[in-house]
Amino acid sequence: MENSILEVKDVFKNFKEVKAVDGVSFFVKKGEYVALLGPNGAGKTTTVEMIEGIQIPTHGKISIMGMNWKNNENKLHHLISLSLQETRFIDKLRVWETVQLFASFYGLSKSRVDEVIEIVALTEKRKSYVENLSGGQRQKLALAIALLNNAPLLLLDEPTTGLDPSARREIWNILMNLKKNNNTSLILTTHYMEEAEYLCDRIIIMDKGKILAQGTLDELLSANNSKEIIEFTTNDDVHEQFLDGEDVYKLIWDKNTNSRKLIVKSIVEQLPVFLQKVNESGIRLTRLECRKLTLDDLFISMTGKHLGD
Amino acid sequence: MQKNPFIQLILIQIREFYREPAVLFWSLLFPVLMAWGLGIAFNKKPEVTKTIAIVINEKESLEDFEKFISKTNFEKKQDSLTNTYYYSMNYGNENMGITHFRLKPVSWNQAELMVKRGNASMIITTNDKKLEYNFDKYSSDGQLVYLQLSSLFDGKNITSQQSVIKPMSEKGTRYIDFLIPGLIAMNVMMSTMWGISYTLIEARTKKLLRRMVATPMKRWEYILSHIVARIVLCFIEATIIFLFAYYYFDITIAGSISAFVVLFISGIIAFSGLSVLIASRTSKTQVGNGLINLVVMPMMMLSGIYFSYHNFPDFVVPFIQALPLTMLADGVKAIFNESAGFLQVWKYILILNTFGLITFVIGLKFYKWY
Repeated sequence: MENSILEVKDVFKNFKEVKAVDGVSFFVKKGEYVALLGPNGAGKTTTVEMIEGIQIPTHGKISIMGMNWKNNENKLHHLISLSLQETRFIDKLRVWETVQLFASFYGLSKSRVDEVIEIVALTEKRKSYVENLSGGQRQKLALAIALLNNAPLLLLDEPTTGLDPSARREIWNILMNLKKNNNTSLILTTHYMEEAEYLCDRIIIMDKGKILAQGTLDELLSANNSKEIIEFTTNDDVHEQFLDGEDVYKLIWDKNTNSRKLIVKSIVEQLPVFLQKVNESGIRLTRLECRKLTLDDLFISMTGKHLGD
Repeated sequence: MQKNPFIQLILIQIREFYREPAVLFWSLLFPVLMAWGLGIAFNKKPEVTKTIAIVINEKESLEDFEKFISKTNFEKKQDSLTNTYYYSMNYGNENMGITHFRLKPVSWNQAELMVKRGNASMIITTNDKKLEYNFDKYSSDGQLVYLQLSSLFDGKNITSQQSVIKPMSEKGTRYIDFLIPGLIAMNVMMSTMWGISYTLIEARTKKLLRRMVATPMKRWEYILSHIVARIVLCFIEATIIFLFAYYYFDITIAGSISAFVVLFISGIIAFSGLSVLIASRTSKTQVGNGLINLVVMPMMMLSGIYFSYHNFPDFVVPFIQALPLTMLADGVKAIFNESAGFLQVWKYILILNTFGLITFVIGLKFYKWY
């Protein structure tokens, strides 16, 4: 792919009997933000770790700016930067000492250390011990370290998992500012749909080691021309056949919320038909909602489960 | 300097060391307290009291025994607390040390109980005006009391017969002289094994290692920084123990100080190699704990730190002498107490460095970086 900074082609990774990644192909363009979206165990982390050079693919090819890990390890360490899903830094080191340690590996100056600490808004905490930081501040520290070397490809593995909404929003703002200011490409794994929607140009949906769909948000949602949802709840039994013959793409029963969702082409056209059928069948509705299709709806329709499961 | 990754890697270990109060206690204060406690317990005992249980035969009376004892220098005394009496005598003199004997008439059951509880050195029974000595033939204490009392009762005086006792108080011959160099050697082992192995395993468990190797950091620099930091920290620890021993127990280094420094560093290198080997594959700190203890415990017991390893059967001694801690401790003792220099300890230096290098290379070869 022209202009791509990363190409992943037919990559498999097996751990003994388990197929963690099962034939994955995608690319990332220069300056593009891409989300790997999927529930726990989808194979996101393994995919990212293969790109980081931590895991070696059982089969397939990964090319970063035309290079691979086998022959270009030293160069790639400068071109890629990352934050792992969970890194616990040394408790008794101060924030600036931790950043300085990593800066020394890249031969960077003290001014760069202060700069990244400022970018992630930890300047006030620069003298605090790591053990005294909150969860959000620790993630910011990991992010500061990832930003140190200005790498063209940044890999962030679940950077906001476990954070409260305001801390999550702060991380998003940092990443959005970064997007405005330079040409960094980002791969971000997450199981928060809104994070993928807000931050990323393209979304890759993964489950059980496979890619289920990829594209921009609009592309994903308009696939199959199904864009809108009629969602309802009832205490009565509803048989799927009750809308037979009508122009309905799919009926989904969400066991978690006990609601039923109809994916339709057009609410305006289908709602009257739906209400008529409800009336004819004698079904009593306890709730009725019409809205646009979301990524979560799409995910449920593909896998039968929510993203966070 | 600030930008040098190697210096930074060393700095983090030293910062972790002095910022953690628990680490400071265990590595600096605890060895000093141990030296002090053991030194006090085994060093300053001018007088010893030994109690002997006396059991009078049923067919005989206590008067018979009193008649017998009145011929000796034992005096009858009353124990006002328990309202019982005993026979007391001081044996020996200033030069040989004084043993304060107490003979206590009791029943056989009480006598057995006293021995079991360590309140009596032996039981003496009377039988047809003869004394029977009951003691554990493997106990040197029992043997000594037997010799002293039997010669006393025979009317001999072994303390002044054609012999002169000259008390030894020269440096190097006291128990504390044996103990302090051993403690310094043991501290090298403990500090290095726990300091390096545990830190390396923890970095892997916390995924800090994984994060570090994803940078251009040189892997050998990472491992070597632990060893260099440990050399600095071990010197601080040893200096504190030594200064305490110097001022409190008047311990000095009789031999070559430069040989001591080289031997000391060789010890750190030997245990560093072993630490890297132990940490090479382990990703759980609990497993690491077990492995470190497995290596450290036998050496603590066998290597002649608290008591001489010559107490073990002769055929085991060569194996004990081949242990790294034994070599280090023997070398340090020789330098401290026997005025040894490079000529006497070069073998230890060579073997310890070779051992360290081999284990280091093997450990590094199998090292799990992710």
